[in-house]
Amino acid sequence: MTMLAKDISLHLSGFDLLRNISLEVEAGKVTAIVGPNGAGKSSLLKVLTGDIPASKGDVYLNSRLLNQWPLLEKAQMLAVLPQHTLLNFSFTADEVVGLGRIPHQTGIVKDQQIITEALELVDASYLQRRFYTQMSGGEKQRVQLARVLAQIWQSSTLGDQFLVLDEPTSAFDLSHQKLTLDIVRQLASKGVGVVMVVHDLNLAARCADNLVVIDGGVIAAHGSPEIVLTETLIDDVFNVKAIISEHPITKRPLVIT
Amino acid sequence: MRHFSAGRLIGILLILLPVVALFSLTVGTVSISWLEALGAIFGNASSAQIDTILFDIRLPRILLAIFVGAVLASTGAVMQGLFRNPLADPSLIGVSSGASVGASIMIVTAGGAIQGGALVGLSLVSIGAFVGGFLATLLVYRLATSGMGTSVTTMLLAGIAIGALAGALNSLLSYFSDNDMLRQISLWQMGNLSGASWLKVSIMGVVAVLLMSLFPRDSKALNALLLGESEARHLGINVQWVKRRLIALTALGVGVSVAVAGLVGFVGLIMPHIIRLMIGPDHRWLIPASGLAGAVLLVIADSLARVVVIPAELPTGILTAILGAPFFVILLLQQRKDV
Repeated sequence: MTMLAKDISLHLSGFDLLRNISLEVEAGKVTAIVGPNGAGKSSLLKVLTGDIPASKGDVYLNSRLLNQWPLLEKAQMLAVLPQHTLLNFSFTADEVVGLGRIPHQTGIVKDQQIITEALELVDASYLQRRFYTQMSGGEKQRVQLARVLAQIWQSSTLGDQFLVLDEPTSAFDLSHQKLTLDIVRQLASKGVGVVMVVHDLNLAARCADNLVVIDGGVIAAHGSPEIVLTETLIDDVFNVKAIISEHPITKRPLVIT
Repeated sequence: MRHFSAGRLIGILLILLPVVALFSLTVGTVSISWLEALGAIFGNASSAQIDTILFDIRLPRILLAIFVGAVLASTGAVMQGLFRNPLADPSLIGVSSGASVGASIMIVTAGGAIQGGALVGLSLVSIGAFVGGFLATLLVYRLATSGMGTSVTTMLLAGIAIGALAGALNSLLSYFSDNDMLRQISLWQMGNLSGASWLKVSIMGVVAVLLMSLFPRDSKALNALLLGESEARHLGINVQWVKRRLIALTALGVGVSVAVAGLVGFVGLIMPHIIRLMIGPDHRWLIPASGLAGAVLLVIADSLARVVVIPAELPTGILTAILGAPFFVILLLQQRKDV
């Protein structure tokens, strides 16, 4: 099963933000979206998750039109982590992660167990009873990550599950960047389809099965990182001269600028 | 760390409310002892006069204080959640400013008819206030609603604009009114429970029970909304419906409160804030706890309003702020110490 964008375009206030984009996100795979600032990466995620209706084209979730899924059922299959979450009420980390359990009726005991495990997974157990409003940027982002993980913690009977992450590692130090990639790979191996926007091409190359390069609202290239990442493409899209090498251990492409 | 668990706070308030209500029965121009009051409740009043004072004057007034306090504070909690702003209050959706214009229009145009000309036992001022509040809310809601849904930011701004307009209309009406009308307008704006009647109590009671039984089904949605509207939608919440329902309920609750008791300030803004500082922002507990605390505050304030300047009375609204503000400041100072 897939998340599927069929020939979508998005026009907002006179601007063409996306043009004729078709994209298939497969369950069990990690799809990374890269591209320069303002290329339309976040807009694409917004259309893909139903935040903004496409001006043209259709989005499908597990072979059914996205906007025809009842909201609650959709929430049991699709979790979305936005770039920024502005939360200025003093919930504890526990309570924030608990919000991810709203679409489910699994009971307090089970929910509490999932909350504890999700916080543990993102290395945030020590934050459990601390106030969200008093955390650092990286801590907040980890708690929000735990929230969307808690939302799709158990597989759904409705269909395959998908996780959409908009720059999940932007506030993270090296170890938490790596931790996030490990979590993403682990989810994919459990059958979850992951889509994420990342800026670091090497991070993308290391963990993505598919790489989608967006430039000026259109797909400039897509495929496996080995095929997509070329010196010409990086020059064309980012205007940066780069050398593509190979990571000595992972054998994945390594972009040196 | 939070100082109170939600369950404990609600437990304390549930015990406190009947205690302050009973206390309130005993105070006033005629003082009645606890025993006499308790005796009268269980059917053997010591005199007919005491029976009248308790059941025709004080009891309806106390019940009205409980219902109005509960409605103002719980709708305050709901609005702060919906607007994701701890400084929001029910007046933001225009209901209070609209009500105030409605009441002023009635006082100025109907003049003398107010005292005698009661329609089914409710004064024209009450009816004017309710209609004014309803129309203003409708206007604010319409202004903020487009094909894309209702924008709370636009609603906030529209509420401020309508509030300013209402303020100007009020000043205009005050400018053209005589001394007697002016006094009535300003007294009404201070909020007063002295006009309590069993009719007002029953209407207010029905509204309070309705709100308190309908709010819980949206508390989780309000929790999710604190993250943002798009985040709430991704958690399976039908945001537009939740907004519409909560705004309608708030307009009804505050509209009726204002119609029966005038503008009782402070309770709707500060009470949820105080409770949130104590037990956190989870609306499943915040709404009922705020409602109970609002009821307790208004009963205490109204009791004091009856005794501080015996044999006269103060408008209740003055006391709510005098009582609540210092308590709030103490809490803020304590918070600062903790951080």
